Amino acid sequence: MRFGQLTYDLSHLLGGAVLLLSFVLLYQRRIGTVINAFAMQGMVLAAAAAWAAHAQGVPGLYLTALLAFGVKGLLIPFALHRLVRELNLHRTVETALGVGLSMTAGVALVGLCILVTLPATQDARLLSRESLAFAMSVVLLGMLMMITRRNAISQVIGLLSLENGLILAAIGVTGMPLVVELSTAALVLMLALVAGVFAFQIRERFDTLDTGSLEEHRGERR
Amino acid sequence: MLTALALLVGLLAALGVAALPLARFPSGARTVHGAVAVAGLGLVAGGIGGLLNGPAVMELPFGPPWGPARLALDPLSSWFLLPLGLSVACAGLYAFGGVHGRVAPRELVPWPLFIAGMALTLLAADGFTLLLGFEAMSLASWALVAHDHARAENREAARIYLGFAGYGGLALVLAFGVLAGGAGDVAFAVLREAPPEGLRALAVMLLVLAGAGSKAGLAPLHVWLPLAHPAAPSHVSAVMSGAMTKVALYVLARFLFDLMGPAQPIWMGAPLIALGAASAVIGALRANLEEDSKVLLACSTIENVGLIAIGMGLAVAFRGADLPALAALAAGAALLHTLNHAVFKTLLFLAAGEVLHGALSRQLDRLGGLIHRMPWTAWAALTGAMAAAALPPLSGFASEWLLLQALLAAWRIGDIAFQMGAAAVTALAALAAALAAAAMVRFWGLVFLGRPRTPRAAGAEESGGAVRWALAVPAGLCVVLGLVPGLLLDLAEPALRVMVGTSAPRAGWDAIGAAEGGARYWPLAVALLLAAAVGLAVWVVRRRAPAGVMRGPAWDCGFIAAPPHFPFGDPAAQPSAAGFGQPLRRMLGQGLLSARERVTMPAPGATSPAVLDSGFRDPALAFLEGALPRWRDAAAARAERLRDLSIRQCLGLAFGAVVLMLALLAWMGAR
Repeated sequence: MRFGQLTYDLSHLLGGAVLLLSFVLLYQRRIGTVINAFAMQGMVLAAAAAWAAHAQGVPGLYLTALLAFGVKGLLIPFALHRLVRELNLHRTVETALGVGLSMTAGVALVGLCILVTLPATQDARLLSRESLAFAMSVVLLGMLMMITRRNAISQVIGLLSLENGLILAAIGVTGMPLVVELSTAALVLMLALVAGVFAFQIRERFDTLDTGSLEEHRGERR
Repeated sequence: MLTALALLVGLLAALGVAALPLARFPSGARTVHGAVAVAGLGLVAGGIGGLLNGPAVMELPFGPPWGPARLALDPLSSWFLLPLGLSVACAGLYAFGGVHGRVAPRELVPWPLFIAGMALTLLAADGFTLLLGFEAMSLASWALVAHDHARAENREAARIYLGFAGYGGLALVLAFGVLAGGAGDVAFAVLREAPPEGLRALAVMLLVLAGAGSKAGLAPLHVWLPLAHPAAPSHVSAVMSGAMTKVALYVLARFLFDLMGPAQPIWMGAPLIALGAASAVIGALRANLEEDSKVLLACSTIENVGLIAIGMGLAVAFRGADLPALAALAAGAALLHTLNHAVFKTLLFLAAGEVLHGALSRQLDRLGGLIHRMPWTAWAALTGAMAAAALPPLSGFASEWLLLQALLAAWRIGDIAFQMGAAAVTALAALAAALAAAAMVRFWGLVFLGRPRTPRAAGAEESGGAVRWALAVPAGLCVVLGLVPGLLLDLAEPALRVMVGTSAPRAGWDAIGAAEGGARYWPLAVALLLAAAVGLAVWVVRRRAPAGVMRGPAWDCGFIAAPPHFPFGDPAAQPSAAGFGQPLRRMLGQGLLSARERVTMPAPGATSPAVLDSGFRDPALAFLEGALPRWRDAAAARAERLRDLSIRQCLGLAFGAVVLMLALLAWMGAR
């Protein structure tokens, strides 16, 4: 596969779109938009999975696409929106790092990923190589988001978007068994559940979702 | 003979195991201690037999995976069996007499194992077996040091002791590794074939000094000794001081005189001489300042180990300078002092143990006047103290005199730097001998003379039976060994041949001498002269004394009579241990032991008393540790801060680590 072939171009376009949405997640200040951007990322991921299923001829990946679309594109964003609405949370997100700075860090991370992945996978097929770089960048950007946000919900979204990166890596590789996909999806659901309970607990006890308030209650501070 | 000794080691190990069930019976401890005393006699017999019969070699049917364990009995190990056996026999007899009823297994089980380890070290003929015995000795004695672990200072002593033991064992392992080189065979017969030269010899020498020297108590690795010896039971501290340090010196001698070959240069002896002189002075000075009887004796052990090390170092230097007669003189002095010190230090530790048993204290300031209540102990301790103070005609004098003769002959080595150093070491050795005499006067005088300082000391009880014999036998040996040093040197001749290739200059059975036509010492004649002088003085005093001697109360220096709650007089009206040591502390302590003395006066008009704060601190441990404790604390404080991180910071750490690894990967890919 080379440039100019439809398979190659389209899968790169979709992978790139996932990465772009990670950047969108990184600079959004309003919590509603963050959730929407995450939903969009889930849908694009579903499209990427569907295209991979078509291109690789693995019908199992359609199921992955369906799961991604259903859970990440609709179910989780819906739950999170509801959470924000019911708890009447602040709609703005306090960032620990400035938007400009986190964008710069994100670009640097993508550069680092390309520097690492491309030389390390010289023998692999072309499709795997670039999509692996995209996937790794998405993972690292998810981590970066978890670090730069103070709000618990946006930290959870960072974790979920990190997981999107993992799925993106998985569908780029041919022969990835479906079992793993299913278990990963289930895991994400569990995570969302745990995160929801966790957020409720914080809300009930401390009246805020700022995780900074947890630190005073760990009993270890001198 | 070797087979019998190997069986004896095996039996001792078996006795250690059997002590576990035996400890349940009331008579079990007595059985174990009695068997150990008999085993000590067996070790002495084996040593004498080995010296008379010549070497023997034996391969055990078992051993490490790569070959059989080898044992050998040559004159050098035979000689070192003598101090070990004598010390163990006396200590075993003392423990046999002093024990009543049951003893905790943790105190009983390691005791035979400790002795088996020492004997195995002496009998070993390959590096593995030697290290096995050495480590068994270290671990068993550690268990004995830690037996009274309810007290914090004993726990700390055991911890420091274990640290030094581990360090010493590691250094010895490395020494064998460097000595064996690439071949990797550590049998002594193989090691002798390829003696090291140049830098490799220096490395082996330094490693052995660190390994065996830390066990023997050479400065600056002597720190554990004054801590560990008092913590152990009395019979164990007697053997640790009398025999264990000698086993470490045996390892040193085995390397220096046997395994490293005879062709070593002069300067190989220099570090040993310098460290020996430092140990002698520091040990003797500390013995003058310590206020605990067993700590005092442990410091005196450091001094004597230093003197023996000087003798060994001189022998190496003389051998390198091709002066075999003088080398034999120095080595003979070292061997003789090894034996003599083992006997009198065992005696002194046992006497201190008996005082602890009778008067319930090791603190010199809580004893006093014990000569009336414990006459056997007092006279036996006086004999030992006089030997330790190197008074003729007792045993300590003969060997220290020989050592000084060897030091005075050191100018025969042509190197001017060595001559200067030897002159300084001669002065230091003489200083150490004088300080040791002062320490012994202080020890014996404060414990046994004067008035009791506490009611418990006034009511002290002396044991009878076996304990009395355990004190009388080494006291008698101190006299006998002092009277026949010539015979002992003849007995040691095969060992001297192993060490330096020739025998010591001979001066007949009743005398020892530096060289043909040199200075001579006739102990019997000296003893007769001294006896005549003392007898004459006693006779004159008796004759001139008025008839009808009357006992009056002790003069209290003009103070008012002691209040009624001091039935034995005011303790402050007698010299205290700190007061006795004060002149020496002021003279020498400030430079060597960072002694301090500060008077805090009360404010004018205040009714509080003025406070005199004085003391000293051995800087060796702080010197050895260096900046390590500070770094440890700083690292711990930093690590503590990590526990306080927020969730985001914890995530940030993981993220940073991942990014760092990726960057490393990218960098390595780019290269």
